[in-house]
Amino acid sequence: MTTLQASPAGARPGEGTPVPLISLEDVRCHFRTPRGVVKAVDGVSFSAAPGEIVCLVGESGCGKTTAGKIAAGLLAPTGGRVLFEGHDIARLRGQDFNRFRRGVQLVHQDPYASINPLHTVGATLAAPLLRHRFASGNAGARRRAAELLDLVDLTPSADFLDKYPHQLSGGQRQRVAIARALTVEPRFIVADEPVSMVDVSIRISLLNTMLRLQRELGTGFLFITHDLALARYFAWGGRIGVMYVGRMVEIGLASDIIARPQHPYTRALLSAIPEADPEVTRNKARVELRSLEIPSLFRLPSGCTFHPRCPLFEEGTCEVATPTLARPAGSVEGSHEVACHLVTRSA
Amino acid sequence: MTGATTARPLPTDPGERGAFAPPTALRLPWSDAVDARVDVSQIADDVVLSVRDLTVEYRVRRGAVKAVRKVSFDLRRGETLALIGESGSGKTTVALALVRLLVRAARITDGTVIYRRGPRAVDVLRLGASRLRHYRWNECAMVFQSALNALNPVIRVRDQFLDVASAHGMTDKRAAEARAVELLRLVQLDADRVMGSYPHELSGGMRQRVLIAMGLLLDPQVIILDEPTTALDILTQRTVIDLLRRLKQERQFALVLVSHDLALAAELADHVATVYAGRIVECGPVADMFYAPHHPYTLGLLNAVPTLSGDFRALDSVRGQPPDLIDLPVGCAFRPRCTFATATCEASDPDLLRVDPERSPVPGAGGHVVACFHAEAASKTFDRHAGGTPGK
Repeated sequence: MTTLQASPAGARPGEGTPVPLISLEDVRCHFRTPRGVVKAVDGVSFSAAPGEIVCLVGESGCGKTTAGKIAAGLLAPTGGRVLFEGHDIARLRGQDFNRFRRGVQLVHQDPYASINPLHTVGATLAAPLLRHRFASGNAGARRRAAELLDLVDLTPSADFLDKYPHQLSGGQRQRVAIARALTVEPRFIVADEPVSMVDVSIRISLLNTMLRLQRELGTGFLFITHDLALARYFAWGGRIGVMYVGRMVEIGLASDIIARPQHPYTRALLSAIPEADPEVTRNKARVELRSLEIPSLFRLPSGCTFHPRCPLFEEGTCEVATPTLARPAGSVEGSHEVACHLVTRSA
Repeated sequence: MTGATTARPLPTDPGERGAFAPPTALRLPWSDAVDARVDVSQIADDVVLSVRDLTVEYRVRRGAVKAVRKVSFDLRRGETLALIGESGSGKTTVALALVRLLVRAARITDGTVIYRRGPRAVDVLRLGASRLRHYRWNECAMVFQSALNALNPVIRVRDQFLDVASAHGMTDKRAAEARAVELLRLVQLDADRVMGSYPHELSGGMRQRVLIAMGLLLDPQVIILDEPTTALDILTQRTVIDLLRRLKQERQFALVLVSHDLALAAELADHVATVYAGRIVECGPVADMFYAPHHPYTLGLLNAVPTLSGDFRALDSVRGQPPDLIDLPVGCAFRPRCTFATATCEASDPDLLRVDPERSPVPGAGGHVVACFHAEAASKTFDRHAGGTPGK
């Protein structure tokens, strides 16, 4: 477990951490399809310090999953770079590349599809343990697998080692998937909608387990979700990035994004979310959009891609130039950045 | 519709059916449903659906899965009742039983589902095939969870509307089509485009709205919505919620909302019922349920929902797993997961009783009822978090 504890715990974002654990620099991912080029991710940059939690939120089709796959090295970007400990992962070879592979793991959305139904939980965990020499011999692998199950709160672990996935609930399967990610002692886990397929009533306990892993092992997380309330809970003390059709429109501390959203899209999202409090949710102030239509990825609007829907739209500005991430007008410190001409324009 | 030869049309009350009354050329095999007729005086005037002791079992190899146990509630005209609970709690089975769409392995072993329109009332569970067919959709429509699977992928939306219309006695194609267009506009869709589209050409939110429009086609009194917003994006979800709220006000139909999403219940429900292991363990007006819950399970559900406003607070899920519905725990089914459980809870299953005995007795679902021996103690531990201070 020594490698896991090597990272400085409680690293704060935006305080000049020397080398981020992982960073995406102007990453693009354009897919060629028969109908044209889809710009799934179009110039996204963000980084995560060791042990940091970053959430990517946005609606379906915004490119958050593609960005996560690029961060995990499963998809090569068509532009830009991904740096792991300061090194471009596209140039890593041999042992260095393996270090990256072990260092960044992925937890998929669907625990019904991501775990081999023919293998017991013990066998699922033993394979990577033996392959990457984190355990030796079957007995050693079994012992370590049991430890990992304890770590993800599947206790008593002896009950679970010999079970098959079909004998487990969705939540339990997702815990197995997390345990499998932990077998290679990663420093960073990309979790793509890890709780969207599990029952609402047990989502929080899964998040609590992941938060405990972050605290105890110093594992950083890229948490991808469409649920801003879950993002707020999980990334409290970390950062949230909001994506809209392939671009990052706002990024900052989770508490800032939720309490003081700057981008009109973030504001619209937050005002639209139903909350489990009848008074609050029925009296929420709405941000009305000019259109409900999500633009087609084949024909993205010019300039700011949000301009056809944006309540702040200003002709001659928004449809002309693409805004870049910058500090909102009036703020001099902090890491809150917004991609909006009007919000960042100084008075 | 072969058994409907003796059918006489239902006397329509134009005031009650509103401006959207379907064409009168309907065959309504309703008035002579003698075998299923029930004495109207049993139920209150404004109740449209009165469920008593509904019990459903699924027969499987291991035994009988007790999916719904003695569920009772009243649904009033224009009222929205939300059934909340974990998956497997039986809430969808309740909804399916209301329109008798249960799978073959299911048996309704006990109970009545009384449906009332004006001066007539029938027991839905005793309706014959043709009358049941009329009751479904004309009187009580179900809008299913998965908007993609519920639509036929190989025919256009126009034909899906016409199919429903002809299957339920609306023979005038033109009138049916005109009404479909009207309803699609009502749910804020571009009717001309949508009518000629196949389901795959529509987005998830559009499909969900098409289904809601189809549910309204025959102007039912009761609409059952099973997880209407689950697969939708936030902004689309908001459109559907606002649409349902507006339709509900304009059309005064009663809604049964089946959802695991407490936020949706908070948005739309007038009454909320918590379902656990096939039983309603707590039921009451929406404000009581969210601000003064009495059942430890309702408390647990509320304490597991992250919010956007207020201070950060640690949350936790209800510990443990839902019970085996074939072999239920002795006494209260929630006991093994409950932090308040004592020996009393093992001795017997608590009855559903009024929370505040001093409150004037309101029949049916009007009051706040809970099935827990420790309801008072449990309610005292609930702190209404953060509410009332929405983020600016």
